[in-house]
Amino acid sequence: MRQNLHRFFRAARGAGVHVSPAESIDAMRAVAQVGITDRAILRDALLLTLAKSQDEKLALGGCFDLFFSQPEPRQDQPEADYEDNASQGSDQSPPSGSASEAGEGQPVELGSLAQMLLSQDRNAIAAAIASASGAASLSDIRYSTQRGIFSSRILDAMGLQRLRDDVDELTATNPTLAERLRAALDALREAVRDTVSQGLALYAREEAENLRNEILRNAPLARIERRQVAEMRALIRQIARRLRERYSKPRKRQRRGHLDVRRTLRRNAAWGGIPFLTAWKRKHRDRPKIVALCDVSGSVAQVSDFFLLLIHSLHEVVDDVRSFAFSSHLIEVSEILEKKSPEEAMAEIMSKVGFGSSDYGSSLVDFEKDFMSTLTPQTTVIVLGDARSNNLDPRADILRRISERSKRLVWLNPEGRLAWGFGDSEMPRYATFCSVVRQCATAQQLERAVSDIVATYQ
Amino acid sequence: MADQKPSTSIEAVESGLAAQGYIASRQIATAVYLSQQIEKPILVEGPAGVGKTELAKAIAAWRGMKMIRLQCYEGLDEAKALYEWKYAKQLLYTQILKDKLGEVLGGAQTLHAALGQLHDFGDVFFSKEFVEPRPLLQALEQPGGCVLLIDEIDKSDAEFESLLLEILSDFQVTIPEFGTVSAITPPTVILTSNSERDLGDALKRRCLHLHIGFPEQRLEERIVESRVPGISQALRRQMVGFIHEVRSLDLKKLPSVSETIDWARVLVLLQASELDTEIVKDTLNVLLKYEADIEAAQPQITTFIAKAARSNVFG
Repeated sequence: MRQNLHRFFRAARGAGVHVSPAESIDAMRAVAQVGITDRAILRDALLLTLAKSQDEKLALGGCFDLFFSQPEPRQDQPEADYEDNASQGSDQSPPSGSASEAGEGQPVELGSLAQMLLSQDRNAIAAAIASASGAASLSDIRYSTQRGIFSSRILDAMGLQRLRDDVDELTATNPTLAERLRAALDALREAVRDTVSQGLALYAREEAENLRNEILRNAPLARIERRQVAEMRALIRQIARRLRERYSKPRKRQRRGHLDVRRTLRRNAAWGGIPFLTAWKRKHRDRPKIVALCDVSGSVAQVSDFFLLLIHSLHEVVDDVRSFAFSSHLIEVSEILEKKSPEEAMAEIMSKVGFGSSDYGSSLVDFEKDFMSTLTPQTTVIVLGDARSNNLDPRADILRRISERSKRLVWLNPEGRLAWGFGDSEMPRYATFCSVVRQCATAQQLERAVSDIVATYQ
Repeated sequence: MADQKPSTSIEAVESGLAAQGYIASRQIATAVYLSQQIEKPILVEGPAGVGKTELAKAIAAWRGMKMIRLQCYEGLDEAKALYEWKYAKQLLYTQILKDKLGEVLGGAQTLHAALGQLHDFGDVFFSKEFVEPRPLLQALEQPGGCVLLIDEIDKSDAEFESLLLEILSDFQVTIPEFGTVSAITPPTVILTSNSERDLGDALKRRCLHLHIGFPEQRLEERIVESRVPGISQALRRQMVGFIHEVRSLDLKKLPSVSETIDWARVLVLLQASELDTEIVKDTLNVLLKYEADIEAAQPQITTFIAKAARSNVFG
């Protein structure tokens, strides 16, 4: 059973439930308490110890049902086991098995698998498949492409070679029996294929998902295919949620710390040091201030979609964020991002300023004219854009003034460093005024960059 | 006084809780049983009013233990949950010490010896004498064990969770000034959460995770039966059936078990023998807490009553 539980934990991980060693120990202890005879209670116990949310409970419940619908593999002694089964099978039903055929004067000694198939003992066959999949470590299956190899491994473990020999031998001596055996072998192959598919469903989900997410994380945002966009959005939202969980703090909170002994004594000096009034240490923190400027022009349209999504989540994490979007001119979008759902907000912003050809110079002029006063020495300014200004005046002087007025100026560029400075890219000129310049082309880079920015405020 | 020993089986838990008027589903009973067997806290999640807090009360009543309740809220900190130094007392003692300084230092001949004596004295200020135990420390100090209810943990700050970790995994608390306080008898810990905020993994890992949703119709009928004894079986069926229909609507706040019980009481009070449109209309505000929800449910009342009656026949 212990083996079996370990396999179940692996299956649970496959279903997306996080099972750490400590949790598996808890689950073991729980199972030791409730026993394994009552399946409903076993299910409850595993759900209680392993799943940590309602979603996980659902996933794990499904996984449990799938897992325990399989017969238990007997991993401890597979060989002995079906040897045993087979001999039992032939003992119990001599008329239908090989014994009768042999009795007819053909001294063909059939292998255990052939005997089992001919005896048509379904339970024995199921058990044999299960133990063979244990021997072939089916729980290691990860990708659907491995189905073939695992099927043949299981069949080999069951003694396919011997069966083939038997069939060959029988074709000469007893064609009818050989035909029966061949049909039974086909049925067996099918059963094994089903087992492997089930194994794939049980054990491989997580790996496949992780792999896909990993690829997606590192895929360039600008070159995401249409069908991946939805997945990418989900991923960005996941990143945003993680950022929010990590950094968001309740907005109002008590700042009272420990007793400030020095100030208490000083304050009460007039009463001879008898503490009528207490003084408390206070924790103080920087007021977070972020100003985000997001390029939504045609050249970066796809990336800016994701940028906006992330800025949207930034609005939820940090109190004091103001966001601006621009392509040829610049508007403030804080309110849209705060009031609307990500999809609505993005659609509205894109329809107002999106998809134009970018003009960094005039957008910076717009910013200086209307919003320069929002910058204080505590502000972090984030610019998201490729710095391609269509050979128009970049007005780097305005960026310098922005940099001078603020604490930090971070530029996140979706283009690779190699492209900076070529064609109409003004990046090198802008870069001199930035505190940090980063390439930010994949979801992972985006997450790291925003995480760093937010982290400095905590 | 009920038995103090851990329950012996899941059925025992079920009947024990039932004796206190708490009808537990098998999952709840399994959770309670396991939490006692492997000494782990239970984190109970689920919508408001399904009996999360009641569960803790029922366990305490059944096992005859004291219940200590810690209500969580934003800004709850160490000083209010765990322990605090009695500053005023400490400072007053300083005053007394000042007066008695002569006596304390009386025997000392050299400055060094005097300082040594003062140092010995200084340690007294951070001793158990000056600690004011708050709920969590109180729970650890109960000689006979207790049920510790940490209510609405999701309302507290993330830092507060970290504070709980030591208690939840080892049933002990470390007070920097004088060491570790371990539980005399590990308390049975119930944490409740309405999932207003996602809890940290470290916290979840230390608990059994129990989700109490809306009960199934049969179970809810039994709950009503145990809580509102005066109600007839037919009416009970009908009203629970009706509520299950209401829960299928898209409402701001779905009626939960506590509302069911309230409604049953109201119906008994009004001496209703069966549901009809009139009486439901008059009492809908017991069930639904938002004006918009009531408006949404109003037009459906007749159909729901009919449906509930029909399911009656077959159920």
